[in-house]
Amino acid sequence: MVPITWYLVLSAVLFTIGVAAFIFKRNIITIFMSIELMLNAVNLSFVAFANMWKDLSGHIFVFFVMVVAAAEAAVGLAIIIAVFRTRQTLNVDRVNLLKL
Amino acid sequence: MIHQVLFIIFGGICVAGALNLLLQKHPISSALSLIVVMGSLAALYLLLGAQFVAAIQVIVYAGAIMVLFVFVIMLLNAGKEEHTKGSRIAMWFGVPSVAALLGMVLFILLQRGKVDYQIELGAFARPTREVAILLFRDYLLPFEVTSVLILVAIMGAVVLARKEQ
Amino acid sequence: MNVNLHLWLIPLLPLLGALINGALGRRLSKTAVTAVALTSTAASFALALWVAFQFSALSQIPYVESHGPWIQITGFSVDFAFLLDQLSLVMLLVVTGVGFLIHIYSAGYMADDDGYYRFFSYLNLFMFFMLMLVLANNYLLMFVGWEGVGLASYLLIGFYFLKHSASQAGKKAFIVNRIGDFGFLLGMFLLVKHFGSLDYSVIFDRILRNPSQFPVETGAGLLTLVSFCLMIGATGKSAQIPLYVWLPDAMEGPTPVSALIHAATMVTAGIYMVARSNVIFNHAPMALTTVAVIGALTAIFAASIGIVQTDIKRVLAYSTISQLGYMFMACGVAAYSAAIFHLMTHAFFKALLFLSAGSVIHALGGEQDMRYMGGLRKYIPVTFWVMTIGTLAIAGIPGLAGFFSKDEILWKAYSSSDNGWIFWAIGLITALMTSFYMFRLLFMTFFGERREAPHAHDSGHGHGGHGHGAPHESPWIMLAPLVLLAIGSVAGGWVGIPHSLGGDNHFEKFLAPVFEQGRLEAVDMAKIERPTKFAIAEAASDTKPEASTELTLTFISVLAGLTGLFWAWYLYVRRPELPGRIAARLGNLYPTVLNKYYIDEVYQQSLVDPIVDGSRTILWKGVDVGVVDGAVNGAGTTARSTWAILRQMQSGNIRSYAGWVAFGAALLVAYMIWMGLR
Repeated sequence: MVPITWYLVLSAVLFTIGVAAFIFKRNIITIFMSIELMLNAVNLSFVAFANMWKDLSGHIFVFFVMVVAAAEAAVGLAIIIAVFRTRQTLNVDRVNLLKL
Repeated sequence: MIHQVLFIIFGGICVAGALNLLLQKHPISSALSLIVVMGSLAALYLLLGAQFVAAIQVIVYAGAIMVLFVFVIMLLNAGKEEHTKGSRIAMWFGVPSVAALLGMVLFILLQRGKVDYQIELGAFARPTREVAILLFRDYLLPFEVTSVLILVAIMGAVVLARKEQ
Repeated sequence: MNVNLHLWLIPLLPLLGALINGALGRRLSKTAVTAVALTSTAASFALALWVAFQFSALSQIPYVESHGPWIQITGFSVDFAFLLDQLSLVMLLVVTGVGFLIHIYSAGYMADDDGYYRFFSYLNLFMFFMLMLVLANNYLLMFVGWEGVGLASYLLIGFYFLKHSASQAGKKAFIVNRIGDFGFLLGMFLLVKHFGSLDYSVIFDRILRNPSQFPVETGAGLLTLVSFCLMIGATGKSAQIPLYVWLPDAMEGPTPVSALIHAATMVTAGIYMVARSNVIFNHAPMALTTVAVIGALTAIFAASIGIVQTDIKRVLAYSTISQLGYMFMACGVAAYSAAIFHLMTHAFFKALLFLSAGSVIHALGGEQDMRYMGGLRKYIPVTFWVMTIGTLAIAGIPGLAGFFSKDEILWKAYSSSDNGWIFWAIGLITALMTSFYMFRLLFMTFFGERREAPHAHDSGHGHGGHGHGAPHESPWIMLAPLVLLAIGSVAGGWVGIPHSLGGDNHFEKFLAPVFEQGRLEAVDMAKIERPTKFAIAEAASDTKPEASTELTLTFISVLAGLTGLFWAWYLYVRRPELPGRIAARLGNLYPTVLNKYYIDEVYQQSLVDPIVDGSRTILWKGVDVGVVDGAVNGAGTTARSTWAILRQMQSGNIRSYAGWVAFGAALLVAYMIWMGLR
């Protein structure tokens, strides 16, 4: 018998690792992937709670999260391609033209 | 009992994959680790009785989004990460923030948020049917709107990634 | 039945004239400007005459015309209301009549000036404010007029504003007036606090109807305090000691201004105010005595300075101060109608004297120093004759206006109390001096040989010299008002011929309703501090009010006037070399008097310089630059340094943004947890 807390802890850990990756990695694409990791962690939370309250709205929400994540990934990767074309680098430290 | 074992196995694979994503230098390795994470998450969804979600996790996330990532990595010929000077702020503020975040959430979950609910394996009877009813009846508007969203995203991606003429 | 007098039109028409000339005057032709200015004043005068004719038909005197509320709060309310009673009618006629004549004169005098339209705009503005002052129903509206005439005076004194001394004089007049106004304001505040209203009728009725609450105060008390405050205001506006210093400097303005404002009308505002407040003053004998003492001292002090002045306008200025001292003294012995009588006759002959002096100056192309005049009788005969009439009037020669009014004052002063003879004596000496210096002026200007100035062909004093040849008579537009004023100087006194000389004293009877209501049976005058160094032996034998005493005193004052004439004639026509020798023999006394007893210098050193220095070091450098600027600049500097810190966040480095985002997220989560745990 698995208490729900375990799932929630797992979700938190995954999320934290996602945040850490977001801060520490230098490749833009990797940073993007860490965002997907974070979204997935949240999805896990939703599904766990859907199980607890016997409410399928959690699943619906996960569905929508995935749709949005897909759209976001598509557009984001397109932007990355555009950035790569102009700056010829995928290193996020080099994309620093917006400084004051 | 088997539930716990399965949970520990798949949960462990998730965490291992996530850590791998963090620690690998080459982006393609990170991408593959992420696929592993998504796969084990699908298994966890099954344990939670969310068959539909597990299915679309595999189809959409692992099968489409991650493939897209891999394609882009291949397209851009991303190599190993080079070591550039990072940001001090990220070090000074980021590390404590991450630690604090984890600490706080765990504190809440374990100390104060004690819920005595045990996950039921077969919580939903025919979840897919129920999800479909909900999606096309109660949540019809968001459904349609997300269709439009996807359309817009497609157009945006095409425009942004187009080669300059 | 009560006819609507439309009093509001009387001040309003000059205001319209002022606005039109002020806004459009630069583009209008000189004729148009003159027409606007003269028409508005003439209309005011005509209306005033009509009101005078309607006066006896009024069913209720005082006649009050209200134009709606002005301030209405609990505990205090005041309306835009005008009041017409005998006193204000007299003032109204004097102001509009003499004002109109001076407007006509100015059309000729200022004809060559570039600021023609500006002059008439200011002059009309002055008329508006003065009429508001005179017609007001309450102290607040009077104060509006009071301040307004101060403003008009400043504008007109500094009319030749490019001349440094003129602008300085304008400032001095305004600032010294302000000191007086401070006293006036304090008086008004006290009245508001204790009476809840500033309406004359409300205050005076309450005082008269509650004798137990408002007794005649022997020492200090509420009404004495109010009277002192009001008196300070009057000393400022009417140029009494200690606030007279602005009036001689005010001669920097054009001569018609000196005639209208600083002789006939504005300076009399203080006298009018005291006369209007007679109910309050009658209940405060200590204040009344102070008024009388100040008036007497001012009269003799100013006369002494006038004896030695060489600028023709300065002599007349000090003469004005001295005559105002007479009026003040008359108020101080509760002889208010005598004061107003002298105010009226003084308006006539002082305006006449100033305007004739202006005519002399005009004839000489701008020369004002009497040492460089002389023998002008044959060149400007009309001016000579009207000026002679004016001089005779002011000297108190029998038959002319000044004689009746001045003697009225002297008699009332003498008969006011046991110590009244002191005031009478001071007044007598002053009368002698007045006669002396006025005839000195006359003789130096018109008799003897023509003394040309070394710089005779200089235009000087901004008057625009023309006629460098022989002095020429003024145009008729300037002479006609002079003649009319001369007639007034002669006949103006005939309305107040006292009983002792066979007349009926219509003037005093006319004004009686205004002043009788507050008259006390016996005014107990406090001891006078000034030592009696002017004890004249011939006077004070008989203190019982009798016709014979009055006649004796009249005879003595006429004698004084004639003595002054004789001495002036002797020293300036017969033996003109004597004055110089006498002055040399008097050693230091002569320069002291010539320099106005150095009062201006004393004020400068003791009051003005410390204030200026204090303002400069403390208020300017300390407060304004340090505190105020410091606060504002400090706010700017603080903002800038904060920005310098905050801009580090905008580094362009994406990873640092990521760090900030994580930090923010952690904070948010912490906050939510904290809120949840509470």
